Amino acid sequence: MLKIFKYSFQDLIRSKWSFILGLFYMAVTFGLLYMSNDLSRAIVSLMNIILFINPLVGIMLGIMYYYNSRDFSELLLAQPIKRKDYFLGQYLGLSLSLVISFVLGLGVPFLLYGVLVSDAVVNFLTLMFAGSALVLIFCALAFWVATANENKIKGFGKAILLWLFFAILYDGIFLLSLLVFESYPLEKFSIAATLLNPIDFSRVLIMLQLDVSLLFGYTGAVFNKFFGSYVGILLITGAAVIWVISPIFMMLRAAKRKDF
Amino acid sequence: MITFKHIYKSFGKHVVFEDLNLDLEKGGIWSVLGPNGSGKTTLMKILLGLVVPDKGTILMDGEEILKQDLYRKKINYMPQIARFPENLKVREIIAMIHDIRQQPADEIALVNRFDLGSYLDVPLKNLSGGTRQKVNAVLAFMHDNPVIVLDEPTVGLDPVTLLKLKELIQEEKDKGKLILLTTHITGLVEEISDQIVFLLEGKVFFQGTLDHLFQKTGQDNLERSMAAIMEHGISNIDSDDSKITSHYA
Amino acid sequence: MKLFLLLLSSLFCINSFGQSAVVVDPAKGASLMEAIADAAPFDTLLVQPGTFKEGRIIIDKPLFILGVGYPVIDGEGKTEIITILSDSVTIQGLQIQNVGVSYIEDRAGISAEKQTHIRIIDNKLYNTFFGVYLKNSSHCLIQGNEIKADAVNEISSGNAIQLWYCNNILVQDNHASGHRDGIYLEFVDDSRIENNTSTNNIRYGLHFMFSNRDQYVGNTFELNGAGVAVMFSKKITMQYNRFINNKGTASYGLLLKEIYDGTISNNTFLGNTTGIYGEGANRLEVHHNTFEKNGWALKVLGSCMDNTFTNNNFINNNFDLTTNNNRSYNNYDGNYWSDYTGYDLDKDGIGDVPHRPIKLFSYIVTRSDASIILLRSLLVDVLNFTEKVTPAFTPELLQDTTPLMKPLL
Repeated sequence: MLKIFKYSFQDLIRSKWSFILGLFYMAVTFGLLYMSNDLSRAIVSLMNIILFINPLVGIMLGIMYYYNSRDFSELLLAQPIKRKDYFLGQYLGLSLSLVISFVLGLGVPFLLYGVLVSDAVVNFLTLMFAGSALVLIFCALAFWVATANENKIKGFGKAILLWLFFAILYDGIFLLSLLVFESYPLEKFSIAATLLNPIDFSRVLIMLQLDVSLLFGYTGAVFNKFFGSYVGILLITGAAVIWVISPIFMMLRAAKRKDF
Repeated sequence: MITFKHIYKSFGKHVVFEDLNLDLEKGGIWSVLGPNGSGKTTLMKILLGLVVPDKGTILMDGEEILKQDLYRKKINYMPQIARFPENLKVREIIAMIHDIRQQPADEIALVNRFDLGSYLDVPLKNLSGGTRQKVNAVLAFMHDNPVIVLDEPTVGLDPVTLLKLKELIQEEKDKGKLILLTTHITGLVEEISDQIVFLLEGKVFFQGTLDHLFQKTGQDNLERSMAAIMEHGISNIDSDDSKITSHYA
Repeated sequence: MKLFLLLLSSLFCINSFGQSAVVVDPAKGASLMEAIADAAPFDTLLVQPGTFKEGRIIIDKPLFILGVGYPVIDGEGKTEIITILSDSVTIQGLQIQNVGVSYIEDRAGISAEKQTHIRIIDNKLYNTFFGVYLKNSSHCLIQGNEIKADAVNEISSGNAIQLWYCNNILVQDNHASGHRDGIYLEFVDDSRIENNTSTNNIRYGLHFMFSNRDQYVGNTFELNGAGVAVMFSKKITMQYNRFINNKGTASYGLLLKEIYDGTISNNTFLGNTTGIYGEGANRLEVHHNTFEKNGWALKVLGSCMDNTFTNNNFINNNFDLTTNNNRSYNNYDGNYWSDYTGYDLDKDGIGDVPHRPIKLFSYIVTRSDASIILLRSLLVDVLNFTEKVTPAFTPELLQDTTPLMKPLL
């Protein structure tokens, strides 16, 4: 697995995609830092961008990479290698190279602006963590979708739908149910619903750090208390881990029966 | 050396193998023939574990290999289409396969043989189809293993390289290896094959030497023999001589 | 203003009536209570450093009690400490501490009832249940006092400064913290609250009930349950105050309830759950204020009418405005909104397209609390945008027709 990881990582980190992606993150970050000249405000603006871009990048590049390396898969699966190891290696290679593009693209400008000695350092690290988690999760989802769908067009379609679902449709259903059942206490439901969508819990995690939830009356305080506690942070981290592991598990299951 | 037993495989509604049995009992060059879609590539991929059969077993030197991985150490494989990770250089892909297999290899001799020396530091994406196929050949032959699987190895090769490849196959055969080969170039089959395996309608329709095939079909070259089988169908040949299927009788 | 000058000049005159100065030194076993009994009206008592533990001290004649080096008057948690039963008493430079909590009577560090010309200056009041408590009094000065306690809940805590049925009182430069309300006024007219700092109080930093024609200017209200509550009052002037970080479960910078004809100008509202919450607030002029980084800058309920909001800055609030009515009876023209996305082709500094400050999501959150968890999600951005383009839920006519392109300084 480590060997596969090494090679796909080596291949990807040198590809123009990683470069373009890193450059994109860097340009956006520098732009925001330059315009706002305030680390915390730049972090708030970046949060919206990252919540939108990272899942999309993860799932799209995941799908593209998977389908593009079909022949590579064929070459390597004909070698004395376990399928599980091959796919795990591929997944890690891709997701970690994307994470590195992301971390460097964001990190370099922030470091140059002295984030480490500012009071925004925790916010910044949370943003990094949430952004990286989103990439890992959506890469895993992409690999699962691609493994389960031999047809490239179908795979792409499903991946886009999946992203659309988590980015917006899910929240739409969430909000509708909040409005339909507005006369019931909905705090617990909301907390559960948040943990079931990686984009939502990443957003909540960053917002907690930004301390805006305190601004929102009773319910905001309830959420703040829950997600701000060790239990809450542990739950979010746990949810993130489960959200990475379960698509990988599904992917490996699909890969076991797959013909190449 | 390798035995396929009762292999069933279908892709959706399309049935490829229905109770296929095949015994590659000894070394030599085995050419797998058959009409388009008869499952030549699938047969190879099943052997390599790339395609998972619905039912059946495969024994290699008496051991079950399905769902195993390490038996592939004994098999070298040259796939039909040679596409590699685009950003790797030739040197790196050779090193990579070598690194993964962890077996002794004589890649230098092969690189020289196929005149790839000047391409070693070129990224694979910049190579022509033929050159890629040469790289593909290096990868398939650089390890010394008892089984070599070649899926359309001649596609895109120029006559000189083709000649070199033929020599190479011959040399490997002389070491007593089992070489499983598909190709559309009937001349090549006639020239080097020891055994012919003819796939038709999900089964092994014929297995035997070239001479046997000519005898049974009453033709004197491979092209006509194949055409005869495909045109007249199984029944015709079947009635002609029982020996065609006698192997499984 | 003339009124206050008059008041001040009359207060300063008192000193000149003082006849002799008496030194009261606890180190020599002196008793403050005896010293007061022995003193003639308008004497000055120079209280030396040390501690007096004499229970409740009653001042029944005009005196100037001046502490030197903050002598401590300790109530030992039992009683009220200083009760003033005379006009023209000045208490300055004392450290007054430990008044017992009582659920029956409103004990205070210093209290006065039905008096005039009382001056309470530069004292330290620690843990005094009620700090300074004036009843039915007028023309008094409460200045430069530091009033601290560690209130835990509303029931067992008093107010740092409480005025009840008073008029013409000047409350200036005090620091009130850790009480129920920092400054509480009930039936107080024509008074001025200036340059005070009120922090960490459980309920309100400043609280008006049934009070008219008062002004509060230049105060800072920080980290209170709510900054300032103005209820059932008329003609209150609120200027140059800072409402900062008043956040929590039901928190406001400024809570307005049933008030009429006031002015709210030049204030800063920063980081509050709600900047201004208005319920039954009418005919207010709200101008030149800055609302920054609040949850809601303004919550103006449907019962508010004829208010004018103009020349204010709304900068980076999560929501600038929300209301529960689908019509608007207030004027919001001529403000700066950092959310404004319009343009100014004729370069006159005024945006050419009206700004609609109510977002759909703020309307949704008003309906369903829990939906706040979707703040900053893509869905919310999409909803807000859709609503902005084609208003369906928010009051269509609630808009700033002349939005400013640049913030006012």
